[in-house]
Amino acid sequence: MKYEIIVVGGGHAGCEAALAAARKNHKTLLVTSNINNIADMPCNPSIGGPAKGIVVREIDALGGEMGRNADKGALQTKMLNTKKGPAVQALRFQSDKVTYPKEMLKTLKSTKNLEIKEAMVENLLVEDKKMKGIELEDGTKINADAVILTTGTYLKAVVLTGSKKTPSGPHGEKESKFLSDSLRKLGFTIKRLKTGTPQRIDKNSIDYSKTQEEKGDSVTHTFSFDNIVYRKPEDQISCHLIYTTPKTHEIIKEHLNESSMYGGYVEGIGPRYCPSIEDKVVRFSDKERHQLFLEPESLYYDDIYIQGFSTSMPPEIQDLMVHSLPGLEKAKILKYGYAIEYDAIDSKQLKRSLETKLVENLYTAGQINGTSGYEEAAGQGLIAGINASLKLEGKNPLILKRNESYIGVLIDDLVTKGVKDPYRLLTSRAEYRLLLRNDNADLRLREYGHQVGLISEEKYKSFLEKKENIKSLTELLQTTRITPKKEINEYIEKIPSTPLKDGISLYDFLKRPEVTLENIKHFIEINYTNEEQEQVEINAKYEGYIKKANKEASKMLSLEEKNIPEDINYEEVPNLASEARQKLSEVRPTTIGQASRISGVNPADISILMVYLRRNN
Amino acid sequence: MNDTIVAISTALGVGAISIVRLSGNDAIEIVNNCFKGKDLTKVASHTINYGHIMDNKEIIDEVLVSVMKSPKTYTTEDVVEINCHGGIISTKRILETMLTHGARLAEPGEFTKRAFLNGRIDLVESEAVMDIIDSKSEEANKLALSQLSGTTSKMIKKFRETLKQLLASIEVNIDYPEYHDIEVVTKNQVKTSIKDMKIELDKVIKESKNLTLIKEGIKTVIVGRPNVGKSSILNKLLEQDKAIVTDIAGTTRDIVEGEIYLDGVLLNIIDTAGIHSTDDIVEKIGVEKSLSMIDDADLVIVVLNNNENLTKEDEEILEKTKDKQRIIVINKNDLDKKLDISSKKLENVVETNTNTVEGIKRLKEKIIELFQLETIKTKDYTYLTNARQISLAKKAYQSLKEAEEGLLNDLPIDMVEIDLKETFDLLGEIIGETYREEILDHLFANFCVGK
Repeated sequence: MKYEIIVVGGGHAGCEAALAAARKNHKTLLVTSNINNIADMPCNPSIGGPAKGIVVREIDALGGEMGRNADKGALQTKMLNTKKGPAVQALRFQSDKVTYPKEMLKTLKSTKNLEIKEAMVENLLVEDKKMKGIELEDGTKINADAVILTTGTYLKAVVLTGSKKTPSGPHGEKESKFLSDSLRKLGFTIKRLKTGTPQRIDKNSIDYSKTQEEKGDSVTHTFSFDNIVYRKPEDQISCHLIYTTPKTHEIIKEHLNESSMYGGYVEGIGPRYCPSIEDKVVRFSDKERHQLFLEPESLYYDDIYIQGFSTSMPPEIQDLMVHSLPGLEKAKILKYGYAIEYDAIDSKQLKRSLETKLVENLYTAGQINGTSGYEEAAGQGLIAGINASLKLEGKNPLILKRNESYIGVLIDDLVTKGVKDPYRLLTSRAEYRLLLRNDNADLRLREYGHQVGLISEEKYKSFLEKKENIKSLTELLQTTRITPKKEINEYIEKIPSTPLKDGISLYDFLKRPEVTLENIKHFIEINYTNEEQEQVEINAKYEGYIKKANKEASKMLSLEEKNIPEDINYEEVPNLASEARQKLSEVRPTTIGQASRISGVNPADISILMVYLRRNN
Repeated sequence: MNDTIVAISTALGVGAISIVRLSGNDAIEIVNNCFKGKDLTKVASHTINYGHIMDNKEIIDEVLVSVMKSPKTYTTEDVVEINCHGGIISTKRILETMLTHGARLAEPGEFTKRAFLNGRIDLVESEAVMDIIDSKSEEANKLALSQLSGTTSKMIKKFRETLKQLLASIEVNIDYPEYHDIEVVTKNQVKTSIKDMKIELDKVIKESKNLTLIKEGIKTVIVGRPNVGKSSILNKLLEQDKAIVTDIAGTTRDIVEGEIYLDGVLLNIIDTAGIHSTDDIVEKIGVEKSLSMIDDADLVIVVLNNNENLTKEDEEILEKTKDKQRIIVINKNDLDKKLDISSKKLENVVETNTNTVEGIKRLKEKIIELFQLETIKTKDYTYLTNARQISLAKKAYQSLKEAEEGLLNDLPIDMVEIDLKETFDLLGEIIGETYREEILDHLFANFCVGK
């Protein structure tokens, strides 16, 4: 048996990796422990959110699957941060936990060059630091030129509730017992991370009169640039908002030491950005209440997910906690919350292509790299799939820059800074977030998607048309002028805006904060799509800021162009602080720009390094 | 890892003592090899040791040797200072002996550069060291010294802390929009914070500018028609006959420079050729030069003649200098008053004559008043002291202003945040906490001879 690329794991990273490899015409095998669990959403029933939603758009722009699939499974759609600027707006969908995996499996099965195998991988076959294939639990060996590990939380997974520790993957799935040992033997540093999930409640046992309804938007949204709407706004499913009570906090405080976390049963480091309810109560003890969302998981069964209530308390305490919540006094708990511990590798042992530094043609993506979140996993999976393929094709890897995409920010952070706790993308991690908007993901990345062969000619053509239309609409507004005539100024005062004193182009007029493209339509007819109009409007309105961001980005890029030789010996660079010397040797940055982002490497170290490089040139 | 550098670190000349300083891994060993006295490799750190520097068997000088071991030294490396008797010949011989024993002659500024590169001092501090070496007057020296204690850094850090908190709150609102009970940062809150910071920063910039003048000297230009008494005023200020003073119009053809210390502050005074229309080529060049000097000046002293009517040339000079920091001197007030400037509404007018001292005293007082020299002297020196810092602070002020405008135009808060972030970075650049290649190029290009 021989494949070009094997993907180990069928979660969100694995699906994207396998699809990208197969679509790029490489004979691909996806190995998963349970075919019914492919593209499962073991935690929250939603996709997107600030920064994360933009990643989904980026995946779609590059030719990945998550955006399209999320559109198919949408239960409720929302644009977040609409009261803020265009840079931070992002989509979040409530997603059907039955439809999403089902549709993904359908896509995988209908993809040419892609086979799916149900098995547990327990060993990696490596010769001369080069990937040769995998070994299954039963000893079967399967050869491959490249392997992508997307093992999620399954490596030596242990589920914890209270003092009880059970070796198991999420929801009773089988865990991988030895694969992380195999990685350790190859020289990888293995870390222990932790995450958790809340209870699932029977929706028929909730008193909704004590909750506050949270509806979706009244307009349609799609993640994919295909713009196909599967759920009409009026058919959306609502979520419900409740708050913890003083009693809830009392119960938690009283039983704190019975939780896995506070009882000292957990070794792994949990995410700072998604704390358990125990953590919230302890760390923010001055807060009287915490917000919780009741989110429906699917149209096909009755589970309601309590977002914000993740816990590792023993079941009997969870009963007390849940019943202390308004509307949930008589709630029937279908699944208890738990914490899960798993092995991950040190992401600093990766190149920016997501290939490992230790083993050629071995790639990793998703939670094994220390991230959390479906979107972060899918983004990495797509890049790993693309780059494993490009490597086999003898081409340079696709490395997205920090000013081009959140995926680029994510991967650069992983390989440069590493992670201590599970990494979640935040808008504040991006220096140039004004450039990395929800609305322009295709303009930033579709070109790359086409280059690597994941965007069809037909889609590419319509993308080029869109670009052309944006340009021509911009020119139209720049060349059409309005003058301070009486009837024009009368209209302008009605907007209301300041009347003109001199002639002005419509483009400059649009720059006024109070003026919208709808106002411009009073003067000329505009036959462009909403997306095209939106681009022109954002470009005009935020021109100054966008220019500034581009200028900053070009400064960063100039440091990115300064390469550091691969064989540099940091012991030979005089005057470096010892911490910097150690960090640089560990990360081995490929450019000065990357080096400057390593924590513990100070500006002075960078200048010393540059002086050294200049001298030795 | 570091080779050992050596330099004479006191001014060469007739002083009571001179210091030859070494820094680097072999500093102690090198000195020990030509030292007769205790074994320096075995003495405790931060001790002073009596002995002789030897050239083979010949005694060069009787010396005190300070041994300071890494890391608590100026450069963080091993440092040895040889206190020898002043005098060019013996000091130089000691230096030469160190060189023959394996030390390398330090490049200009290399000790400070090592201190900076080894993380011993930050950017502001290393600039302050250069300032000390460069400082021309007592006040500047004091200023440079206070910088070393990191007061500037402290102030900038305070601003950055305020901004950091603001930025963090705004970002929480962006990344967690669904949380209703996280406090939303309102535009009004931001407005208030910006306003306070702007006021403080503006004050710092303005006073810093005056302090730059203190450090580099106030470039003072004396202008006026020929023969109104410019050179006499200069001479009175300098109390020496530097410019040639005659009654014939046009004697001062070249621009004369003199320096005086006013309350410890340096005034670079430049006398100019009288501004008048002339056919004489040499004089013409002088007049043009005078006019161009006005543009560069920090202070312009316009001299008018009390004994003559205001001429068209006087009016031109007044017009040309109207935007400058200036003092109008009405000279020859001991003669009949023919000059009438009441319609001009001029500020900072001082009457003088060169026969008595009162007028000149008033002029000096006016200068002190204009540059707030007295208040500065008694203040804590928490200010920015070089052009790079001031220009960055100005840029930071500008970004704050843009943030304010953004709020005024009702731009979304995350757009306003972009300007706040820029301010944060610019302030970081002042204290070297943000990396920019140019800073270091700029810094190292400016290292001067000495430390």
